[in-house]
Amino acid sequence: MRIGEAVRVAVGALVAARLRTALTVLGVTVGVSSVMVLIAIGDGTRREVAGRVDELGSNLLLVVPGKMEIGMPTVSRMQLSDVAAVGRVVGDPDRVAATVASGEMVQAGTAKTFTTVAGVLENNRTVLVRQLARGAYLSRADVDSARRVAVLGATVARVLYGDTDPVGRQVTVAGVRFRVAGVFAPLGQSLGVDRDDEVHIPLTTAQRLFATTRVDGLAVRAADPAGMAALGDRIVAELAERHPDSAFSVVTQDQILSVLGDILDVLTGVLGATAGISLLVSGVGVANIMLVSVRERTREIGLRKAVGARPADIGAQFLAEAVLLTSVGGVLGIALGAGTTLAVERLTPLPTLLTAWSVALSFGVAATVGLLFGTLPALRAARLDPVHALRTE
Amino acid sequence: MTPAIEVRQATREHRVGQTAVVALRGVSLTLHRGEHVAVVGPSGSGKSTLLQLLGGLDRPTAGSVLIDGQDTAELPQAELARIRNRVVGFVFQGFHLQPRASALDNVALPLVYQGVRRAERRRRAADLLDRVGLADRARHLPGQLSGGEQQRVAVARALVTGPTVLLADEPTGNLDSVTGERLLDLLAGLNAEHRVALAIVTHDHEVAARARRQIVMRDGRIVSDSHIVSDSRIAGDGRIAGDTARRTGRA
Ligand SMILES: Nc1ncnc2c1ncn2[C@@H]1O[C@H](COP(=O)(O)OP(=O)(O)O)[C@@H](O)[C@H]1O
Ligand SMILES: [Mg+2]
Repeated sequence: MRIGEAVRVAVGALVAARLRTALTVLGVTVGVSSVMVLIAIGDGTRREVAGRVDELGSNLLLVVPGKMEIGMPTVSRMQLSDVAAVGRVVGDPDRVAATVASGEMVQAGTAKTFTTVAGVLENNRTVLVRQLARGAYLSRADVDSARRVAVLGATVARVLYGDTDPVGRQVTVAGVRFRVAGVFAPLGQSLGVDRDDEVHIPLTTAQRLFATTRVDGLAVRAADPAGMAALGDRIVAELAERHPDSAFSVVTQDQILSVLGDILDVLTGVLGATAGISLLVSGVGVANIMLVSVRERTREIGLRKAVGARPADIGAQFLAEAVLLTSVGGVLGIALGAGTTLAVERLTPLPTLLTAWSVALSFGVAATVGLLFGTLPALRAARLDPVHALRTE
Repeated sequence: MTPAIEVRQATREHRVGQTAVVALRGVSLTLHRGEHVAVVGPSGSGKSTLLQLLGGLDRPTAGSVLIDGQDTAELPQAELARIRNRVVGFVFQGFHLQPRASALDNVALPLVYQGVRRAERRRRAADLLDRVGLADRARHLPGQLSGGEQQRVAVARALVTGPTVLLADEPTGNLDSVTGERLLDLLAGLNAEHRVALAIVTHDHEVAARARRQIVMRDGRIVSDSHIVSDSRIAGDGRIAGDTARRTGRA
């Protein structure tokens, strides 16, 4: 029997049992679409993380207090003098950016918002590659004289000033008046975080404002990406010597990417398993419905065998039916999955990415479920004894 | 010349729980091309079982059945299926038509398993329907046909592959006598013209009387296998009354 013939018979059988077919297809559809949505979210997140790392460049080192352990925040013992010392280790103080940050209320007129206020050096803009939309960034003189000037993230600028240009206007940070020097170009959302919700002020001013001498972290732009590991070791050694009772860690973008990648893999695994279970359940449904179909059509099978169908012909016919069932579910699942992915993109902060690969995979998985769960019913049909089958009512 | 079918000491046992039901007990017979045999006997005597062995639908539990010289016990299922498809035409007791397929598609079904293309299948099935006088019923579903029409569809299906052996299990069972008669004329015609071996299970004496050879079964055994000295040619109309036929018995 030709494949086309097996498909033709399968279509006839599925159409004849419309409601049953529809319900089974529905199960597969839901399974396939959930697989697709989860892949899209996983891929979207991965792309965003990779994009962020690319943006920062692979020659960036982050220096943070404490050991690199998740969920163990450490209060920094670093001071401005440590920043200068690291600058000497690196050989160029312009390559070492420092930050002290705090959540503060900022206000302009009656408009106010709670945001992250970061005290930074004037080199922050070059080390971390930030673009300005308006005005100017902080200058060395601003830092040296601890001036009250601020650069606003795009979100803060919009919330406080709407459409008017904030450059040269007043902004109140934690109750102290500042002058707006510039506005950052928007960065957009990343992993559900608004990256434009921040204000930069000179590090010296920030230390006074927050009544502290600490520096939270350093970012080092290495001249040579090849010597990064060695440079990191030298920085840690220097800091350890200056603070014998504290630990420091150096992280490269590659490490961040790999840690985030590991977390994403675990998440994707867990979510994938959940989606897999729903596919498995729909597969069991397919096997069940196919067994019912074989039983109902025992006489038909007997007749087909009596007029010359080989066991392989009968097996192929029922396998075609199962695969067709799940393939239809696969196609509908892809449509539903694409729709749901769009909705997730629009309505939630989760990033998504639909790829041809994930569409192909979803369809492949659906067809495979049909092949797998259709095999037992198909074998049962193929092995039926024709005389016995013809006798059944 | 190899006989169409040869049965040697065939026994067919069925296991029902612990007990064995013996449907056939050491039956032997030879069926040649062009022969016309009637198989008669009381219900449960093994007639259908014998026919199923003859058609390769079933295999003996002891003894052997040779179809076209090939021992069915030694053939793989796929090969046996090929024989059922090409060598044998089966007219089942109770038609066994597919309720959702048209008369045409029912007749064409065996050709599906020869890989014949759909257009060609339909053309050949239409030919056969025409020969059984149902050309105008091709698109009807079995449920829209009378018993006699359904039976003719079943016969057309048995003939569509051009078999050398035609096996019919009580083909006139549910038909009125005129319709049954017409069907038998058709089968007898095939038998005479194309030398198709014809074996008909029946408990209708008139049907049995038309055959040139009668096999009588009882309790899974052949109790009589007799050839009628045919004077049908003399009679001219291809018909002989049972009581005027002289028998040459072997039983
Ligand atoms: N699958 C089976 N299982 C058990 N017994 C069977 C089976 N098929 C046939 N038989 C038995 O074998 C005997 C012969 O049956 P069958 O060939 O159908 O007789 P007939 O056609 O002459 O009426 C009967 O007693 C029947 O009950
Ligand atoms: Mg019977």
